Amino acid sequence: MIRLQNIHKSYITGTNKLHVLKGIDLHIKEGELVSIMGSSGSGKSTLLNILGLLDNHDEGAYTLNQEEIKAMSETKAAKLRNNLLGFVFQSFNLISFKNAMENVALPLYYQKVARKKRNKTALEYLDKMGLKDWAEHMPNELSGGQKQRVAIARSIITQPKIILADEPTGALDSATSVEVMNLLKEINQSGITVIIVTHENDIAHMTDRIINLKDGRIESIIENNKINSKETIKIPQE
Amino acid sequence: MFDLDKWQEITAALKKNKLRTILTGLGVMFGILILVTLLGIGRGFQNNIQSSLGNFATNSTVFWVEKTTKAYKGLPRNRSYLFTNDDLEVLKRSIPELQDIAPDINGWSGNATNNTFREDKKGNFRIKGTSPEMNNVNPVEVTAGRFINQNDLKEFRKVITIGPRVQELMFEKDEDPIGQYLKVNGIYFRIIGTIKPLSRNMGMRDDVLQMPFTTLQQLYNQGDKFRVFLATAKVGESVADLEDKIFEILARRHSIHPDDRQAIGNFNIAKMFNKIFGLFNSIGFLFWVIGFGVLLTGIIGVSNIMHVVVKERTKELGIKRAIGARPREVVGQIINEAVFLTTFAGFWGLVLGVLIVEGIGKITEGDPNPQILNPYVDINVAFIALGVLVLFGVLAGLLPAQRAIRIKPVDALRYE
Ligand SMILES: Nc1ncnc2c1ncn2[C@@H]1O[C@H](COP(=O)(O)OP(=O)(O)OP(=O)(O)O)[C@@H](O)[C@H]1O
Ligand SMILES: [Mg+2]
Repeated sequence: MIRLQNIHKSYITGTNKLHVLKGIDLHIKEGELVSIMGSSGSGKSTLLNILGLLDNHDEGAYTLNQEEIKAMSETKAAKLRNNLLGFVFQSFNLISFKNAMENVALPLYYQKVARKKRNKTALEYLDKMGLKDWAEHMPNELSGGQKQRVAIARSIITQPKIILADEPTGALDSATSVEVMNLLKEINQSGITVIIVTHENDIAHMTDRIINLKDGRIESIIENNKINSKETIKIPQE
Repeated sequence: MFDLDKWQEITAALKKNKLRTILTGLGVMFGILILVTLLGIGRGFQNNIQSSLGNFATNSTVFWVEKTTKAYKGLPRNRSYLFTNDDLEVLKRSIPELQDIAPDINGWSGNATNNTFREDKKGNFRIKGTSPEMNNVNPVEVTAGRFINQNDLKEFRKVITIGPRVQELMFEKDEDPIGQYLKVNGIYFRIIGTIKPLSRNMGMRDDVLQMPFTTLQQLYNQGDKFRVFLATAKVGESVADLEDKIFEILARRHSIHPDDRQAIGNFNIAKMFNKIFGLFNSIGFLFWVIGFGVLLTGIIGVSNIMHVVVKERTKELGIKRAIGARPREVVGQIINEAVFLTTFAGFWGLVLGVLIVEGIGKITEGDPNPQILNPYVDINVAFIALGVLVLFGVLAGLLPAQRAIRIKPVDALRYE
């Protein structure tokens, strides 16, 4: 589903060049539930953004769903994001002047789905999240957990192949975090690949595979709680 | 075409900061309001002057008798004289550039008492001696019957044409005045035509009675004399040159000193016309410039606001792009907002402007001597203005929209 080979990414701020990703090699198969861990500033979000086509990489090869991602038009990227990917953010990123149902329905708007059908589907997904009664509520009337569940409903309404979640539980208490994680696990069990960036060990340990980033490189990968040192993974050499 | 979602997007964004939206809208509204009002008033000025000039020949000149100011050929200064019908013939024969020449003779109007009678009806009207040539210079429109012709002049016929006011006062609505008689200053005239003045120059009004000028001369015992005439130059000929030639011949015929220009009164109407038209054009141009400037200010305001709005909504647009909004849709949404704002505000400006112009028209309607006549907003101008507004609305949205999609989605999402 996702294959990264020697991905590099630098940020240029003024005269400084910050090398954030220093050669990432990674293969994530369809249907996996993966977490990315690492200390603050290690490049987790950067990596996830590249995976989500929200940012572009400088060097290396990125293959998404058998398609090489390289200098593609923003229109094409938007289409892939809409059809193939779903995003869950730490800060929920709901649109404040739309109610829960409209927020969930929005990705379908960009697929030109008719309003009625869109809202009906959105209601179904909200129902799955246990939020049917909150459909007409505006985001500022929802709790953090509810907001995140709305955001999750929005991310899966297009039935994407991959969910990318950047610290989805970062703004939630531990009980709500577990709820959200259970939802993501459920989504994963329906066959959707789920990639979660997190700080929290508890969260990471709920996933099949933990990718540890350190200073822009993959330091280790823990599979089913078994530690594989980086050296054991075959790295395609240039 | 009508898309509820798009609509919701537009109104939600504009409602977010109502005061700012309203102020921006007011900028555009006043812009178009001022443009429309200025153009309407300008049109009113123009109508007023044009209706008084009417179809009056523009390349014309008027001559009238004065007293001599120089002694000449043994004749004293301060001498009076009159033009004669023979003068007309000589001038016509000797000046090839001369197009039309026509005496302008006013009859006795009865000193504000009634001078015209028919059965039990009476009225006090302007009596003018005219000729077919006069109708080329200071024309009237013949609404029924015919105008005075050369035979009427030659045979001193007692025939008249009457203006609309005369018809109104002397005849019932369903009566046909043609062939009927009016008693004017004691003499019966047969009506041969009804006319409508096409200018308000040289005493031409709706209450005019026109008769052959030869008949008028005879009735008032003026022989073949008159005091005022109008002349026009042929197309492309200089009116000033024509004036010189007319002066030269008249001076010779009336024993006036060749340098005594004051002995013959003369006014170059062509020159006045040119001045007036020049004034029109500059006023019209000025109005356009002012109106357009104000409008432009409003539109720059919109563009400015769209910049701020787009900046403020960077994050929202980032979210939308993350969940699949294509650049086209992002740009489209911003442009929709800008176009909606400019068109909506502009439309109301247009409506208010038209109302104001119409109000001015209503106020000045009853005025017999208006400065502004029938001001109105040209429908074409209105459409052009609206078109320009939409166009500028697109431009006002386009620049900020470009900015919105130039940044990467990730940067938009990170924007606080
Ligand atoms: N747009 C940017 N411009 C410049 N530097 C950036 C940009 N985005 C990220 N960085 C820098 O890149 C490095 C990696 O950032 P990134 O957001 O990927 O870290 P992270 O692992 O997600 O950290 P955290 O756990 O704190 O979210 C950081 O040092 C950060 O300051
Ligand atoms: Mg991060």
